[in-house]
Amino acid sequence: MNSKYEVIIGLEVHIQLKTRTKLFCACPAEFGGQPNTNICPICSGLPGVLPTVNQHAVDLAIKAGLALNCQISSKSSFARKHYFYPDLPKGYQITQYKEPLTTNGFIEIDGSKIQIRRLHLEEDSGKSIHSPTESLIDFNRCGVPLIEIVTEPEIRSPVQAVKYLQTLRQIMRYLDVSDCDMEKAHFRCEPNISLRPIGQKQFGVRTELKNLNSLNSVHQALDFEINRQSEILDTGGVIVQETLFWDEQNRVAGTMRGKEESEDYRYFPEPDLPVLVLNRENIDNIKNTLPLLPWQRKKNLKEKYNLSENIVNIILETKEFADYFDETIKLCDDAKLVANWLITEVKAVLNEKSISINEFNIIPKELADLLNLLRAQKITGTVAKEIFTDMVLTKKTAIEIVNEKGLYLSNDDSLLIKSIDEVLAENVDIVAKYKSGKTSVISFLIGAVLKKTQGKLTPQKIKDKILKKL
Amino acid sequence: MTSPDLCDLAISVLHNKIKNREIKFSDIITSVIKRIKSEDQKINGYISIFEEDAINQAVELDKMMKNFEQLKPLSGIPIAVKDNICVKDKLTTCGSKILANFISPYDATAVAKLRAAGAIIIGKTNLDEFAMGSSTETSYFGPTSNPIDNRYVPGGSSGGSAAVVKYSGALGALGSDTGGSVRHPAAFCGVAGLKPTYGRVSRYGLVAFASSLDCIGVLGKTVADTAIIFNTIAGHDEMDATTINTPVKNISVDSNAIKNYTIGIPKEVFAEGLDGRIAKVIDDTINNLRSRCRNIKEVSLPGTKYAIATYYLICMAEASSNLARYDGVKYGLRVSSSELKDLYARTRDDGFNTEVKRRILIGTYGLSKGYYDEYYGTAQKVRNLIKQDFDQAFKDCNVIITPTTPVLPFKLGEQISDPLAMYLGDIFTTPANLAGITAISIPAPVFIDNFPVGIQITGPALGEEQILNTAKAIEEINE
Repeated sequence: MNSKYEVIIGLEVHIQLKTRTKLFCACPAEFGGQPNTNICPICSGLPGVLPTVNQHAVDLAIKAGLALNCQISSKSSFARKHYFYPDLPKGYQITQYKEPLTTNGFIEIDGSKIQIRRLHLEEDSGKSIHSPTESLIDFNRCGVPLIEIVTEPEIRSPVQAVKYLQTLRQIMRYLDVSDCDMEKAHFRCEPNISLRPIGQKQFGVRTELKNLNSLNSVHQALDFEINRQSEILDTGGVIVQETLFWDEQNRVAGTMRGKEESEDYRYFPEPDLPVLVLNRENIDNIKNTLPLLPWQRKKNLKEKYNLSENIVNIILETKEFADYFDETIKLCDDAKLVANWLITEVKAVLNEKSISINEFNIIPKELADLLNLLRAQKITGTVAKEIFTDMVLTKKTAIEIVNEKGLYLSNDDSLLIKSIDEVLAENVDIVAKYKSGKTSVISFLIGAVLKKTQGKLTPQKIKDKILKKL
Repeated sequence: MTSPDLCDLAISVLHNKIKNREIKFSDIITSVIKRIKSEDQKINGYISIFEEDAINQAVELDKMMKNFEQLKPLSGIPIAVKDNICVKDKLTTCGSKILANFISPYDATAVAKLRAAGAIIIGKTNLDEFAMGSSTETSYFGPTSNPIDNRYVPGGSSGGSAAVVKYSGALGALGSDTGGSVRHPAAFCGVAGLKPTYGRVSRYGLVAFASSLDCIGVLGKTVADTAIIFNTIAGHDEMDATTINTPVKNISVDSNAIKNYTIGIPKEVFAEGLDGRIAKVIDDTINNLRSRCRNIKEVSLPGTKYAIATYYLICMAEASSNLARYDGVKYGLRVSSSELKDLYARTRDDGFNTEVKRRILIGTYGLSKGYYDEYYGTAQKVRNLIKQDFDQAFKDCNVIITPTTPVLPFKLGEQISDPLAMYLGDIFTTPANLAGITAISIPAPVFIDNFPVGIQITGPALGEEQILNTAKAIEEINE
């Protein structure tokens, strides 16, 4: 990147709230379904209908605002934003303009604060499906509640932008206000970006980017735009204020509409909805339901269990995973062991099956039981992993499997001695090598004994005995 | 003297005749349909008539009704509904080409409440397109005539509702009143027309024109009929967040109550533009009331001179927003084109009439960036001042009496090309809409050139009982 310029990025994020019904009518807010089945006269904009506010959506938006350190307004109002598009059945979107629900928050990323200007509620539009011969509209998504979160132009790099988005998404998932599935458009990001010569106070002309369907696209599109703007500025050109459409396949951004085509949305207060008066008591109640957020839990995990930053980050990725860790650690008091198992063995199964920890069939208690056997040296690590695999497959508990298969570590020295004798007899050449000074071959012998004793003995014990014999 | 037709009787009279088994439900419907058939070709009050449905419902009622003690207040009473109020599975055209084929899949709350009270919806009445007008001449379905003299307009925009009530093509009707659209035609046709307090009757199912001003209102032959229908449709509705959540009192009209009232007469009323003959009728009527109410005093509403300008800025701005949904995509008229923008433009150009387009354009301008504060914002401030005027005035009086309109009915075609003159006709009616309060128009006991003069009685928010009682006293002057 050209280091002559400072990058200024502001982010506008739309997040779909996880409510049972839509924002202004009683239709189900669920994703998918046959086109135009989750609709009613209200969300499809028939003549004569009126909106009524879904209180649950308001509560979720307040919850999100509180978690982002925002001030909750005591009065908030809705407004109409006008534009003509076929998937906007009323010819306007009900959103918030002059009196948003919450304002002035922030998210902390790596010690620096990203200021959030506002967080407000609005309704989603429908979906247009274009083909070369026809255009179809699905109104199912019309009226689904969204929150729009707008930052101040304080983000200074694509990396920081992505980090902000990751953190925001993680917080929203912790709050359970949204699934934030980008593929399902639960979480949409529209950055604006400008450059200015380092040291200059005045902002440069900015452009807006649309159609970014993954964090990867956000990163790539911002990089693209920084390069494009730098090249123009380097050659003495002028940046045109415009909205650019990101072409995912060709990785380029093209003009969608210029400033002269920029729309006048003719905002005015929504006369069909009275001003929302947000009562303190309700806000306090919501505050009391806020879960511990990742940054709060991070501090806990690091201090209490002395785990590394990296491991803690993986554990905290989702609230459910962190909860699973907490539950397990309550029953198996070895944080490093539990953390290790979670981020290797458990994660591997989740990844392989593409499931979330909620869908994982081994509950924390069962995992703790298994790990406790290991800690008490009743089974070896290898056996524990085998048992774990069995547990995933059979849904039996660790104790059941150990009992059935007789997998406890053996204290039977005769078995050990017998096995070692056999192995030494079978591997005369290896023994000779050892005796001629090539001591590293001992691991081969240990392996062979382990195999023979089917993991009922620890490698250390086997090693000790072999050394004695030799 | 021959006895009057059933359709010419008051609702309470018919109710008692049914109760006493003097007549059947189907007799009422038959009488009303007979009247519609003889009159409506001349008047054009109806856009749709539900003859078969109505007869079937009446016949069914005749079969089912056993316990006549438990008659509902509107059992078997045919009520007409303005064609901008949704009736399930029926056309709701708003008098516009753009909705000429639109069939509503649901009942407006007011219609559902009428049905629940036993009423039979007899048809949908004509109106100025999207209720924008004061003459019922701008409907896509042709103008409505005044039943008193067919050469004259019935007023508007609920001209169809007022006309059919006047010629007894229904025993009452719903209208909508955004700036006087119930009271104005009531005055021109000589019937009662009530605009309730904003939020007292649910707007759910009323096709929006100017949401912060729109009210469903009632047109009735008499004050008592009007009150019965109002009692039925009033009340909080979960489907309309702007409805008022205070309990509804069943109003039983009593003119004697006015002896304890103070009647206010605004000094600004007898200003420029008011027909002198109307001024005299108002004066005479007030004098006539002095025997029943001794407290009649002058009040002041200084802000009302800005009412017309304020009203039109607000209603046009809101209309430009509310009418954005008629784009040819989902329902109603579509003028096809291969270009999306062109489809919108052609559909809206062809689908709306000149007056509607004028209001959308002015309203759009008034909400534009850089103009919002100057127009819509300023209008809202003046609106508040007008509201405060009324708050102040109602500290000193219970009701305020004014004319309903500044002029008498005019001939069809006479004002259609002069929108400003048409707008000025709303000078006395718009203040109540801006203030969100209630008002009724009632015919004065005196006629000028065969036409009755409309007297408007305005009350504070939720003051329907006061104005109905006062209206009843005026109704009784010549009895």
